[in-house]
Amino acid sequence: MEEKKSAWERLQLVHTKGRPTIKDYMPLVFTDYYELHGDRLCGDDKAIYGAIARLDGRPVTVIAQVKGRDINENKACNFAMPHPEGYRKALRLARQAEKFHRPVICFIDTPGAFCGVAAEERGMGEAIAKNIAEFMTIRTPVISIVLGEGGSGGALALGVCDELAMLENAQYSVLSPRGFASILWKDASREQEASEIMRITAEDMVALGVAETIIEEPLGGAHNDLDKISENIKEYLSQKIPEKCEKDIDVLLKERYTKFRKIGAFIE
Amino acid sequence: MFEDFFDVVKKRFNGGADEEYKPPMFKCPRCQELSPLSRYEELHRVCPKCNYHGRLSAPERISITVDKDSFREMDADMISGNPIDFPEYTEKQEQLRESTSLNDAVITGTATIKGSPVVIGVMDSRYMMGSMGSVVGEKITRAFEYATENGLPVVMFTASGGARMQEGIVSLMQMAKTSGAVKLHSDNGGLYITVLTDPTTGGVTASFASLGDIIIAEPKVLIGFAGRRVIESTIKQRLPEDFQLAEFMHEKGFVDMIVERGKMRSVLSHLLKLHGYDRKEA
Repeated sequence: MEEKKSAWERLQLVHTKGRPTIKDYMPLVFTDYYELHGDRLCGDDKAIYGAIARLDGRPVTVIAQVKGRDINENKACNFAMPHPEGYRKALRLARQAEKFHRPVICFIDTPGAFCGVAAEERGMGEAIAKNIAEFMTIRTPVISIVLGEGGSGGALALGVCDELAMLENAQYSVLSPRGFASILWKDASREQEASEIMRITAEDMVALGVAETIIEEPLGGAHNDLDKISENIKEYLSQKIPEKCEKDIDVLLKERYTKFRKIGAFIE
Repeated sequence: MFEDFFDVVKKRFNGGADEEYKPPMFKCPRCQELSPLSRYEELHRVCPKCNYHGRLSAPERISITVDKDSFREMDADMISGNPIDFPEYTEKQEQLRESTSLNDAVITGTATIKGSPVVIGVMDSRYMMGSMGSVVGEKITRAFEYATENGLPVVMFTASGGARMQEGIVSLMQMAKTSGAVKLHSDNGGLYITVLTDPTTGGVTASFASLGDIIIAEPKVLIGFAGRRVIESTIKQRLPEDFQLAEFMHEKGFVDMIVERGKMRSVLSHLLKLHGYDRKEA
């Protein structure tokens, strides 16, 4: 691994044009994948991708936030900012996975859930809350990987899992450093300072008990070697998915609850 | 805001001995009308002219909701650590504990409501805007776990600006922790009633506040996920006045009923009894 980069440097990397997205990873990590659409209630949110696929021959369900690789793709997927129907699609597919005893693999890559009128009208808060609560007891293994940005509740809605992995330069945060600086210090330009203080890096997530694993990126970042980063992701999943599938589901659920249950700092 | 107003009123009242006696008045921030302060207080901070529901502190809320002397506080002494070593966070907490007499933004405990036993949680917006950090997350989680173990219903009064940013990612994880505990309580057949009070937003809306079997809101309170200003800056236009108010969320199907403060205790009691929680020992 190269010399440790600062949170700010990594943030720049995550926003580098050409950083691989779920669409790049699908053909290199999975086979036989079929995209599934819609929440059966309202519509189909292009900011969330859902598919059934095979990992090493084993059927799995993939749920992912979709970043665009250019402006047109980004317009189509709303810059990876889902609406409530995206989260409801995710929950539908997770329930389907549970029914057919497939493990679920979530890829997190969002600046946050979309902030807009339609999103509020259709219950963004309820959609996220429901996913968080339901994923906690879904009776099939769930692994989540943060690919780039893990922004706030919009990320957590795909982040209640048995194990969380972070790509080496990925970040996970309660809100964007820019939002943080603007709310707390009323000065969005102090973004860099916020990024260093907020503890948002992969190492921070492991130290705080939020993530278990860091997936190494190629020298200079994931965009420098798509084959290599895909191989690293696949290697991680190929080890973890069978491991979680072999576990007794009740034990797995207890461990999932405990993983989140023990996070917090208080004095009695 | 009210505190300032009371100070002004008190000063005038005490300092103006020679002047003609004028009863302290309440000026409603919504309708701008004046009413005797005593009347406003008698109505538990509801404007007699326009039905504006002012914010209540958690101790006030508990006292008007549960049976006299029935409240037993849980985890009263729990205070926050500083999980991401955020500058001045520890000092700020010390000052707030001093000025609000609260240890954090939620009070939890057991009580009875017209005889029905409940686990109750009440958030207090005076403490860092009711934001959810480790203490709020832990106390609410424990309240639900206690209710699950003892077969009790939960009544939760929410008031929050969302996740507590000074605790970074740890505050975000409290959403998962509390929602997980709500889910286990629900799977065990427990009744959970949420009462959304002003304001309920952000990470609290996106976790336990939206998970009630029955969701009640006080009239005209702010309920939403994203902040109004954030949305306005995204869509580059002004939002209508009623956007994200309780009535709006009711119309959109995310709130079961809007209940005025004066009727809240009675409605809660009926709902508890409709679910069979009838004068059992807490």
